[in-house]
Amino acid sequence: MLKASVLITIGLLWTATAFADEGEIPLMHADTDIENIDSLQRGARNFMNDCSGCHSLKYLRYNRMATDLKIPESELAQNLIFTSAKPFEEVTTAMPAESADWFGKQPPDLTLMARERGTNYIYSYLHGFYADKTRPWGVNNLYLPSTAMPDVLYYRQGLQKPVYKNAPDPHGNAKMVLAGVEPMTPGSMKPEEYDEYVRDLVNFLDYAAEPIKATRQSMGIFVMLFLLVFFVFAYLLKKEYWKDVH
Amino acid sequence: MAAAPDSAGTGKGLIGWIDARFPLTKLWKAHVSEYYAPKNFNFWYFFGALSLLVLVNQLVTGIFLTMSYKPSAADAFASVEYIMRDVEWGWLIRYMHTTGASAFFIVVYLHMFRALLYGSHRKPRELVWIFGCLIFLLLMAEAFMGYVLPWGNMSYWGAQVIVSLFSSLPVIGGTLVEWIRGDYNIADPTLNRFFALHVAALPLALVFLVIAHIMALHEVGSNNPDGIDIKKYKDANGHALDGIPFHPYYTVKDLLGTAGFLLLFAGVIFFAPNFFGLFLESPNFEPANPLQTPPDITPVWYFTPFYAMLRAIPSAFGTQVWGVMVMGAAVLILFFVPWLDRSPVRSIRYKGPIYKTMLALFSISFICLAVCGMKPPSGIYPILARFCTAMYFAFFLLMPWYTKIDSVKPVPERVTGHA
Repeated sequence: MLKASVLITIGLLWTATAFADEGEIPLMHADTDIENIDSLQRGARNFMNDCSGCHSLKYLRYNRMATDLKIPESELAQNLIFTSAKPFEEVTTAMPAESADWFGKQPPDLTLMARERGTNYIYSYLHGFYADKTRPWGVNNLYLPSTAMPDVLYYRQGLQKPVYKNAPDPHGNAKMVLAGVEPMTPGSMKPEEYDEYVRDLVNFLDYAAEPIKATRQSMGIFVMLFLLVFFVFAYLLKKEYWKDVH
Repeated sequence: MAAAPDSAGTGKGLIGWIDARFPLTKLWKAHVSEYYAPKNFNFWYFFGALSLLVLVNQLVTGIFLTMSYKPSAADAFASVEYIMRDVEWGWLIRYMHTTGASAFFIVVYLHMFRALLYGSHRKPRELVWIFGCLIFLLLMAEAFMGYVLPWGNMSYWGAQVIVSLFSSLPVIGGTLVEWIRGDYNIADPTLNRFFALHVAALPLALVFLVIAHIMALHEVGSNNPDGIDIKKYKDANGHALDGIPFHPYYTVKDLLGTAGFLLLFAGVIFFAPNFFGLFLESPNFEPANPLQTPPDITPVWYFTPFYAMLRAIPSAFGTQVWGVMVMGAAVLILFFVPWLDRSPVRSIRYKGPIYKTMLALFSISFICLAVCGMKPPSGIYPILARFCTAMYFAFFLLMPWYTKIDSVKPVPERVTGHA
C-alpha cells in the first residue's frame, strides 16, 4: 500500500510538472569550481578591474578575501584595492546614490547575487547582451529583458546581435520571438577566452556569496565519516543490549 | 554508572543527599529506567525522540544566534551576514538552526503520521494527542516568526501575506492586523515583536507543552504498532510482559536513530544548506524591499500544504475569509481525530481496506498540496489543489462513518515480534 502510494504520488507530480513547463530560454552552465584557487584569484582580479567601479561587495572584507584566496597582503594593497579602503574593510564602491538617476536604478550590491540568482544566471547574463537601439545604452539582455546595465564587457566579448525565430501564437499567426544571440563584432578575447574570463568571475562571486563554502564541503566529508563510524558503533551497542529481548 | 539506590531517600552519598530533598532517583526511574515501553516499537517510533533532539538543537543554536543577531529592520539582514562571515563558527550555528527548522517539521510530520498509522491518539491517549496538536500549532507560529527575522525579501513579503490574512476577518480584521504589526505596514516594530515572541514566549510555551506531552504519555503508557494494551499481561513484579525499560533499551535504540538522523542532517548542513532552495529560499538573499515583491511569493515548504488550501478556495460574497477559514480548519480538525476514529481496533495492521485506502489517499493529497503551494497558481495546480483539499477533509470528516463500516482483523493478545 505504501509503495503504491509513493508511485501514484510521483506519477501525479510528474504529470503536474510536465504541464507547467513553459518555453523559456534555458540558462547556460557556469561549471565553476569553488576549490580552484587560481580561478578564484583571477575572478577577484576580473571583479576589481571590471565590476568594482559600480558594484560593491559590502559584506566581504578585503583581508578575508586575501586570506581565503591566498593573496599576499602586498599584492592585495597594490593590485586589488582601488579605493581608499583599509584591508580590513569591506569592498565598497564610490558609486553615489544619484547613480539611480543615471541608470534607472543603483547598481546592486553583488555579495549575495550568486545565492540569490545562482551562478548559472550570472554566467548567462554576462553572455546575454545584444545590440538594441531602443534601449538607453544601446544594449538589451537575453536573460534580463530591459536591463539597466550597459554592456561594460563588450570590448572583451564584442557586440552580439539578437536571433529571432517564428513561434506562431495559438491562432496560427506568425510571431517572432527572441531565440538567442550571435556574434556581430569581434572583441579583444576569443569566445573561449571570454567564457573562461566570465567563469572565473562567477566563481569568485560564488565565493563572495559564501566564503566558507569550500571549507564547509571539505569539513563535511570528515563529519560524515565520523558519523558513519558513530552509526556503526551505535548499531553494535544496540544489538548487544537487545540480545536479551525476546 | 554508580548503582542507584533502591528507593528514593534511603541512598548514600551525593545522590542520597539529593534524593532526601528532591525526587531525582524517583523521576529517573518513573520516566526513564523503569518506564516500561512496548518491546515492538518499529522505525516510526524514532521520530518522537528525534523531535526532542531537534527541539534542543533549535534552543541551543538559537541562543547563540541571539548573541549576534540584531532585531531591527536596519541591521537584521547585515547581522545575519555578520554571523555567516565574522562570528567564529557562526555559519555552522546558523545552518544548524535553519536546517533544524525544516528537520523539525519533517520529524514532526512523520511522528504525527505514525499516530494515524497505529491509532496512538485513541483512548486513553487523547490528551497526549491534543498536547501534540498544540505543539504543532505553536511550532507553526514559531517557524513563521523565525522566518521573518533574517529580513530578506521573502521574509518581508511572506510576513506581509500571512499577517494580512487576518484582515479578511469581518469587522475586527483591519484593527487586528494593525495591532499585530504594530505599524501600518510590516516594519521595524513588527520585526522586534516577532523576535520577542520567537526567542522567549513561544519557545517557553513549547517546552512546557513538550513536558506535558511526555507526562501525559508516561501516565497512560506508550502505544505500539499492534495498537494493543501491554498492561494486560504482567510478570510477578507487576511489569508488563511485553514491556522493556526505556533505559537502556530505547536509549541505545534512539542513539542509533540519532546517528542515522545526524548523517542526513549533517549531509544537508555541509553539502546543501539551501537544500535546492527549499530550506533557504533564494529570494531571501536579497534584503527586504517593500517596493518590490519576489517573482513568486511562496512560503517555506512545510507551510505549502496549508497555503495551497488557502489559495484553493475562491473568494465569495466579496471576501477571502473562506480560504482562511479552511486553512484554519485544516489544522483545528486534527484535534478531533481521537473522537472521529470509531474503529474497534487502533492499529492499521488490523484495520480494513477502507482505512488503508483513505490514509493512502490522504497522504498523497498532503504531498500534492505541498507541491501545489510551491507552484504559481496556474495550469493544473489550482484544480489539483481543490481536489486534494477535498480529499484532506474527507479523510477526517468521513472517518466516523468509514471506520465503523470497515472490516477488521482479529487483534492478537500479545505484541507481535520486535525490531
